[in-house]
Amino acid sequence: MGRLSSLILLATLLAGCSKQPRTSDAAAAAGSIAGKLTTPAAADDGQWLMAAKDYANTRYSSLDQISTGNVANLKQAWSFSTGAVNGHEAAPLVVGDTMYVVTPFPNVLYALDLKNGGTLKWTYDPKASNAAKGVACCDVVNRGAAYWNGRIYYNTLDAHTVAVDATTGKEVWKTKLGEFTNGETITMAPIVVKDKVLVGNSGGEMGVRGWITAVDANSGHIAWRAYTTGPDKDVLIGPDFKPFYEGDRGKDLGMSSWPPDQWKIGGGNVWGWISYDPEANLIYHGTGNPGPWNPDIRPGDNKWTCGIFARNPDTGQARWAYQWTPHDVHDWDGINEQVLLDLDLKGAKRKVLVRAERNGYIYVMDRLSGEVLSATPYVHITTTKGVDLKTGRLQVIPEKATGTGRMVRDICPFSAGAKDWQPTAFSPKTGLLYIPHNNMCEDMEGTEVSYIAGTPYVGAHVRMYAGPGGHRGEYTAWDPVAAKPVFKIKERFPVWSGTVATAGDVTFYGTMDGWFKAVHARTGDVLWQHKVGSGIVGQPITYKGPDGKQYVAVLAGVGGWAGAIVAGGFDPRDATAGLGFVQPMADLPQYTTKGGILYVFALP
Amino acid sequence: MFLRFLRPYLIVALVGTCACEREQRQFNEPTAASAPVQSVRLTPQQPGPQLPEIATDAPYAENAYAVNEGKKLYSSYNCEGCHFMGGGGMGPALMDDRWIYGSDPANIFQTIVQGRPNGMPSFGSKIPRYQIWQLVSYVRSMSGLLKSDVAPSRSDSMHARAPEAMMKQEIPKQ
Repeated sequence: MGRLSSLILLATLLAGCSKQPRTSDAAAAAGSIAGKLTTPAAADDGQWLMAAKDYANTRYSSLDQISTGNVANLKQAWSFSTGAVNGHEAAPLVVGDTMYVVTPFPNVLYALDLKNGGTLKWTYDPKASNAAKGVACCDVVNRGAAYWNGRIYYNTLDAHTVAVDATTGKEVWKTKLGEFTNGETITMAPIVVKDKVLVGNSGGEMGVRGWITAVDANSGHIAWRAYTTGPDKDVLIGPDFKPFYEGDRGKDLGMSSWPPDQWKIGGGNVWGWISYDPEANLIYHGTGNPGPWNPDIRPGDNKWTCGIFARNPDTGQARWAYQWTPHDVHDWDGINEQVLLDLDLKGAKRKVLVRAERNGYIYVMDRLSGEVLSATPYVHITTTKGVDLKTGRLQVIPEKATGTGRMVRDICPFSAGAKDWQPTAFSPKTGLLYIPHNNMCEDMEGTEVSYIAGTPYVGAHVRMYAGPGGHRGEYTAWDPVAAKPVFKIKERFPVWSGTVATAGDVTFYGTMDGWFKAVHARTGDVLWQHKVGSGIVGQPITYKGPDGKQYVAVLAGVGGWAGAIVAGGFDPRDATAGLGFVQPMADLPQYTTKGGILYVFALP
Repeated sequence: MFLRFLRPYLIVALVGTCACEREQRQFNEPTAASAPVQSVRLTPQQPGPQLPEIATDAPYAENAYAVNEGKKLYSSYNCEGCHFMGGGGMGPALMDDRWIYGSDPANIFQTIVQGRPNGMPSFGSKIPRYQIWQLVSYVRSMSGLLKSDVAPSRSDSMHARAPEAMMKQEIPKQ
């Protein structure tokens, strides 16, 4: 720990937060704060303005009223039923005296009055199409909204982005970004950088070509769109593109690393997290799995799927790119969050991104150059032998690759990865990354597959099961400098919730069997837990209420890929059900039922 | 002598005749399988006195060959991509006793032809009607609604569920 002198990217911006006067005038709540907040990063730390809390994706709050000494006294303050019954993966937002909650489909937005025990202020319904439910691969989730300049921005399952007036709940604009009838949906939480809303699509299991799009936050017009596959002009690769590794240099690699035309239906969707480094003026986003899952159909590296891009947010032009998993054979979407940190590594100050990747490694990368500085396993891995730091390439074990009619057993990590979408948190106080994740393996067999637009394009049978130890989930505290775990908490089910780290040295996460837990950020002791009405797959947040008290909030409501057996009522007698994730969760219905409820906790 | 010599063959021929629908192949699919289905109720609920169910034709309910064709089509047309091997995932489970839009062959036929508003695409104008009927029979086999000598007894791929022929009949509920 002595070597560690890390600080989050936004620490300097947050320094002045406590001095920023907090309006207590109800009428001035969301609206007038808007005038002061030109970017969410400049916000009062007591608020929560985007799902990831800040552009660095730390999910860290400097609030410290709730601490290791008193968290055991935490009590439920109020609750709110969302009326939705699918997986609630979103983070609530807190802006001034208002909390905003987005539900899974039908993607309703609620504004709740924090001065009045969470009373409903207004409801906005985007009237998303019911039919879109049929093309969402892994439950009809939504991962949250973003606040910017007096408006709430979020995405709907039927591939629209909406801007809603944060004060009145009136729709300002609604822009169609994709065709759900072709299998294209949007589930991710957008971020707003300068005056652009950044959005990416889902559909990697439907042969949908992945993209990230910048929408003008004021007008709702599309400013730019960058595809993950195809010619450089579509990927927005131009003269600024300087990838670190030799293998990523060349013309139109997004076409030439595929069989002819296969890139048009090759996935690489941008359904995860976006970070932003204001100093470098670069955004960072991952790309999803190539389609179909059966790799025999797409020989080649399948660029730029299962990778990461650094882009200029003004133009979308790529600065560098890298593939975590070239020619992915296990559905290891590369969409996880990249936490932007400044670390002292071997005596040198490095601007890095830290990333707990689906393929089982925690990467520390130079975020300016795209160089991999380290890649360390954090789960049991049978499929690869590490990352060659000279070439940057993942060293795969060929026998673990599936193909048509070829059954491969003991694939670890499994298709949902060491960690799926569930985002980590980083505390600059402890210097640790807190990782909610999975401990599961699988057998997989490639099959023949037809491409029929608007229907699944997977071509694989998967049978999943618990990894070593028999527990399906873990909550790991990770030291990114020493590259080793500090503690691990085992959970019966995958830890499919997000997590939040606080200056009180307490972190929070939820379990799929419905426990909301407070953990000592240094020792891993569970200091408090509370049973909620349904399993938790949402992202906890913490905020300062209008009364000056610190609150913790989380959405319960089990679902998502891991919880689909409950949310969708699927039948575990079929090992392939739900892309393989139903049978290994056959006991989940004994622990929880579905139903979305927001819970808010505070000290008495 | 001649008759005695023939007798075993006659018996085989007779038995074969009894089971012929199970193995029947059609070069031109019968009218019943290509004509539009009669209208059928989507719900058991009726106002006033309960009228009898309308009997509907199910062209391939007894034909093992057609059911196996249905099983192949179920994969090729990506039904499996959503419903998997009957456990569901993007679409509902098909191996259980819950039938949102009815379990009658004509209900299932209509569901495939028309689509359904919560995500089921309409395949009606995209694939031949006799294939839809083959799919209907296969879908019914998944929850044990066909006779076990008609339902498929093995898969060519990962054995991820009990064979359709081994399924205990799930009494349909709507």
